[in-house]
Amino acid sequence: MFSALFLLGRYFSASIRGQLQYPGSTLMLTAGQFLSTVIDILAAWALFARFGPVQGWTFGDVAMFFGMISISFAIADFLSRGFDMFGAHFVKTGDFDRVLLRPRSVTLQLIGYDFRLARIGRLLQGLIVIGLATAALSLQWDAGKIVLAVWIIAGGVALFFALMVFQATLAFWTVESLEVMNVLTYGGVQAAQFPLSIYTEWFRNFLIFVVPLGCVAYFPVLVILGKPDPLGAPDWLLPLTPAAGFIFLGLSFVAWRIGVSKYTSTGS
Amino acid sequence: MSADLRPYAAAFAARFQLMLQYRAAALAGFATQCWWGGIKVMIYAAFFTASPAAANAPITLSQAITYTWLAQAFLALAPWSGDPEISQAVRSGGVGYDRLRPLDTYGWWYVRAAAWMTARALPRAGLMLLTAGIALPLLGLEAWSWRPPADAVQAGLFAVSMVLVVLLSSAFVMLLNITAVATMDERGVNTMVASVLILFSGNLLPLSLFPDWAQTFLFIQPFAGFIDIPFRIYFGGLTGGDAFAGLGLQAFWTLVFLVIGRTWMNAQMQRLQMQGG
Repeated sequence: MFSALFLLGRYFSASIRGQLQYPGSTLMLTAGQFLSTVIDILAAWALFARFGPVQGWTFGDVAMFFGMISISFAIADFLSRGFDMFGAHFVKTGDFDRVLLRPRSVTLQLIGYDFRLARIGRLLQGLIVIGLATAALSLQWDAGKIVLAVWIIAGGVALFFALMVFQATLAFWTVESLEVMNVLTYGGVQAAQFPLSIYTEWFRNFLIFVVPLGCVAYFPVLVILGKPDPLGAPDWLLPLTPAAGFIFLGLSFVAWRIGVSKYTSTGS
Repeated sequence: MSADLRPYAAAFAARFQLMLQYRAAALAGFATQCWWGGIKVMIYAAFFTASPAAANAPITLSQAITYTWLAQAFLALAPWSGDPEISQAVRSGGVGYDRLRPLDTYGWWYVRAAAWMTARALPRAGLMLLTAGIALPLLGLEAWSWRPPADAVQAGLFAVSMVLVVLLSSAFVMLLNITAVATMDERGVNTMVASVLILFSGNLLPLSLFPDWAQTFLFIQPFAGFIDIPFRIYFGGLTGGDAFAGLGLQAFWTLVFLVIGRTWMNAQMQRLQMQGG
């Protein structure tokens, strides 16, 4: 266990030091990520400015949903680059053979593959948007809410990490990384930015029972906002829902194991 | 004259046919765009149906929905990044071959950019029209579908405007290509430009839905010409003199980008350093 953490630390510092060799490029990419994610909230702001509150939701509420999901995704994206690039960088090249031969867990090596500093741009955006939400709603953060926020983000990280693992698992069959999974990652962030209750029923159910994005954003964030669920989920259930993210993560590793056992090398 | 243009036409045709081969990429892009469009449609529907202010909104819900599908269909026509083959050529030194051709390098790259974008856009636009324009109404989701243009005149003006989109986008891609020549690493600039493009083109939100005080500025700035102007013409939001003003702005910005691009490219090529070996 200790040696695994030590190794991860080595991977981490090597990756970060590498990127710091190109400070200009890293800064530009970070600023670019910040800009490209921060404009999303402008759309929500413009819609609320023109139309006023929708079904009881205000701009502050949407900013809170959006900020939380952004932070979760930024952290997961930071940790899962190896899974994200798995098809193109490991299966297609045959490099996965080497990973399998090393006397360390595959997951550890793939997490350690790369940590993209530019993800700080999205993280920063999430923090600022939560700040906006706090100001707009004049929300009081107490210890309980902070703990809950950390729990929500942990569930969100688990969920997005799991999506990357599923994407990597598919690459055992498709070889190429499937961009279609972007629909669930980037598109998931997009969908979870607004409260689930504004969506049509089948889409809502998809976001609760198939890819449980609603469980790591919508339901638990309602507790922070101090609102009951207009869809009728009981109050006691709301703070427990981020656990769905971890269940999803477990499922993704079951699928991953099957993929690894079926793996045949493509390299030469 | 026509003999002079032949190599450019050939370059366009070759690149166009090559890009049409990427069917899996087109399908993946199409799936992503359906999802994105679907989410936007649901969000607009929620705002328009829940709010009493919707009656005074500058566009109707069905116009906003049509706009959304159009924007998804023609997504690849916007200048999201420089031509990846050009930036590759800059890094590998392949740009030297382009300089040795007995052709104008700007024109050569320009037609390649135009072919690159149109060939990626057309199959996706066709699929989107089938899905959002024909399948959705057949499934009983008429309210969420891509509607036909306002009338024949608007349809004609829209066609002209789309041609201008290609000319304008290619001129802008050229600016990004020259940035790649000048800086070697264009990724940072590309992400920055993409953000500005998403916000000011109408990709994020139809520009008319932004606050009223910003409207004049939003109309005259160059990015409106990539998405907002043609689609407003399509659904009848810009008619008569306003529509012609829109077309004029597209043409004007195309010219501005062409002049800047050519001047800058000449300056860059004077002191081009070849990479690779």
